[in-house]
Amino acid sequence: MTPEATLFDALDATTATNAKVEALAVYFREAADADKLWVIALLSGRRPKRPVTSTQLRQWAAEVSGIPDWLFEASYHVVGDFAETVTHIAKLEQRMERSLAEWVRYVEELKDLSEVEKATRVKAVWAGLEGMELFVFNKIITGGFRIGVSQKIMVKGLSKATGVDEDVLAHRLMGDWAPHHTTFHDLVLGANEGDDHSRPYPFYLAYGIEGPEGTAAGAGLQDLLPLGDPREWQVEHKWDGIRGQLIVRGGQHYVWSRGEELVTDKYPELEALRKALPDGTVLDGELLAWKDGAPLPFAEMQKRIGRKSVGKKLLADVPVIFMAYDLMEHDGTDIRQRPLNERRQLLERIVAAAQHPMLTLSPTLAFTTWEEIVAHREHARTASIEGLMLKRRSSTYEVGRRRGDWWKWKVDPLSIDAVLTFSMQGHGRRADLYTDHTFGLWQEGQLVTFAKAYSGLTDSEMKEVDAFVKKNTLERFGPVRQVKAELVFEIAFEGISTSTRHKSGVAVRFPRIARWRKDKKPEDADTLDALKRMAAALPTAPNDL
Amino acid sequence: MRLTPLLAFTPRGIHCPIADVYIDPWRGVDRAIITHAHSDHARGGSGHYLATPVTKALMHARIGADLSVEGLGYGKPVTINGVRFSLHPAGHIPGSAQVRVEYQDEVWVATGDYKRQLDGISDAFEPVRCHTLITECTFGLPIYRWKEPVEVFAEIDAWWRGNAANGVCSVISAYSLGKAQRVMTGVDPSIGPILVHGAVANMNTVLQDCGLELPPWEHITKDTPKERFRNALVITPGSALDTPWMNRMKPYRSAMASGWMQLRGWRRRSNIDRGFVLSDHADWEALLLAVKESGAERVIATHGYTDLFSQYLRSVGYDATAESTEFAGEAGADGTEGTRSVDPVIPALSREGRPETNAS
Repeated sequence: MTPEATLFDALDATTATNAKVEALAVYFREAADADKLWVIALLSGRRPKRPVTSTQLRQWAAEVSGIPDWLFEASYHVVGDFAETVTHIAKLEQRMERSLAEWVRYVEELKDLSEVEKATRVKAVWAGLEGMELFVFNKIITGGFRIGVSQKIMVKGLSKATGVDEDVLAHRLMGDWAPHHTTFHDLVLGANEGDDHSRPYPFYLAYGIEGPEGTAAGAGLQDLLPLGDPREWQVEHKWDGIRGQLIVRGGQHYVWSRGEELVTDKYPELEALRKALPDGTVLDGELLAWKDGAPLPFAEMQKRIGRKSVGKKLLADVPVIFMAYDLMEHDGTDIRQRPLNERRQLLERIVAAAQHPMLTLSPTLAFTTWEEIVAHREHARTASIEGLMLKRRSSTYEVGRRRGDWWKWKVDPLSIDAVLTFSMQGHGRRADLYTDHTFGLWQEGQLVTFAKAYSGLTDSEMKEVDAFVKKNTLERFGPVRQVKAELVFEIAFEGISTSTRHKSGVAVRFPRIARWRKDKKPEDADTLDALKRMAAALPTAPNDL
Repeated sequence: MRLTPLLAFTPRGIHCPIADVYIDPWRGVDRAIITHAHSDHARGGSGHYLATPVTKALMHARIGADLSVEGLGYGKPVTINGVRFSLHPAGHIPGSAQVRVEYQDEVWVATGDYKRQLDGISDAFEPVRCHTLITECTFGLPIYRWKEPVEVFAEIDAWWRGNAANGVCSVISAYSLGKAQRVMTGVDPSIGPILVHGAVANMNTVLQDCGLELPPWEHITKDTPKERFRNALVITPGSALDTPWMNRMKPYRSAMASGWMQLRGWRRRSNIDRGFVLSDHADWEALLLAVKESGAERVIATHGYTDLFSQYLRSVGYDATAESTEFAGEAGADGTEGTRSVDPVIPALSREGRPETNAS
């Protein structure tokens, strides 16, 4: 077995974080540099371009398995993962041996071949590997590489093996590096650090404010009091846009989203900031759709998110600005370890000097008591504000999600009681379980679909609903089942907007299951009109800017 | 051909109308033949039972000592109203049997649950020729292919040995009848003591009384000293997994030995540390081989992926149908015994009579 197969077997065989970190550390101490680099790449979402389509793969898989297409498809539905399905069905004939880096090259070289040759080479691997080795190959060729190991866990293992600090590693592994253009030595041990102007810093993320002993989100004054003296805190709005990092270095500018995606080209209007900001500046902030001095609803912003290239009309209809709230690099120096109040002063100076309409400063709220903050939050709900951000004035800029110095305090979600109408099976750990649900609201005696939700139930509730779906199926549409209108759930969401794409005429943002209302009968669920009234009652612009 | 079939599917179970005998009925009947002693196949409430001697002993222990059970050895015929019944090894668990039913030159076989792998504790599966085969298909999809048991036991031993070296107790969840004894017999007992839950201990005792040889084991009681768990292998039914009963075993790692562990999704949502793919049911290839070796022209698929399995058999030329039963299949990833929902994904049929596929 290759060292990678041994590693992934060990990762797959445990649910304990410590055991995963240990397995990674063992691997990173012993494996070859070229292969280690690819493990880092794959576990941080970097993978070779897909040389084949999923349609081709499915066709070839059915061909080699010697079973009818429909049976392959049915098997795939039970497994819930294509790479795994092929791994179970394929039969070893002539063993092939290559290192991970060589396998990646094998996949990359498929790109320029004819379809016949591609099929021959892929089928050769399906007959040449088995078990975890085959699973890893299939994961590489199908693109996704989610195997229950987060980048954070990988970094912990790498840190343990190399002795390099986790935060430093997290930073080194960011940006648009590719295994082809670097080495393990350069990337991880930082041999050529500073060469890459585009490299972003890891974002500092906040937890939601907590009640006593980590109970659910706090709702009132009592949950703020433990924060201590209000004068030690800076409070801003939590904007409902996309978290972004704006970098100006070496005469170039780069825009990164929180998902570690380089989105510079998606927001061409921000190019103007390259000249407005001094070289060696990195800002943390929010990308916001903004027009006539006010934010547009998130639904408008959504139109920009999916687009790779942006047309003139869309640019004019939905212009985007950068709302800055922190400064990470100043004059080419990493200042994340300086306290927030110092960073904020520098930030204010930079934004003022830039004097650019595409760059604004996230305003801080003036207050002297926590009571005022509670009142602020109660009135904060608008089309583009999700709540408040509380940051300790003395806080350094940390890596990743941390408790203590930064907190988010969202406005209470909106919610409505809806009836389960359709259900589909999930994937991964939810494969073979009906977990992806569709919900309806009443209108003239009919249930009209208004939202889909996947999260919010406990494992045992999930199983209970799964059993209900299987017993109460009215009709099957491929993998989707229509069920008897019987179960009522409270669906929480963040915002509502009108939509022509939805049959209901409204779209809700970030719907999830808040509670299973076992106490309610389907006829007790809400109507579509109630949801529309809720939408009409929402203010559309910030009320205290 | 007769108008009434030799065996029919009724609300009480599989029925032979000529002899008025049921096979593994799930409601009380006058006369029942029992394939094996798992609770979804051997139920109380019937007047008189016929089963292998081992199944008889297990039924007395599991259901009631006053049960009227007649023991019948493998291969020995019993004739009722002209219908000749005999029991043949199914390889599923100790005492498990297929039921051969013969009447006027027509032969049917109901397999009950079966596997073709040797497990060291059950008599080996015996192919029985017939015209009509009623087969289970718990794992009747090509994604289910079992490794050689010796490889699986090497994995279990390595896991146990690693835990024991660190003073960590190894807990395996396994069906208390069959799988538990198979695991005990397959592992290397030199690694440490084998400690068992009361449900497993009861089955061990009955089976040892029937002549089964088992490695040394101890029944876990409240007097079992805590140090005893440090290098132990604990075998428990899934219902006791992660309950307060296990507090004394901490620190421990949990595992499950089941065919369902083949799928990562099952493994990941079952909240156990390790999944070992070890099944007492036939995998895809073994099911197909059993169908072939029976020589049957007609096949009726019962519990498991019945629709898909029978559809596949039709596509390769058999006269195959699916019947629903109340048998439960293999213990599920949730650790419960015999409550696995037997409702796998069965895609809706399109007009061409083929399952619709999700082409996304």
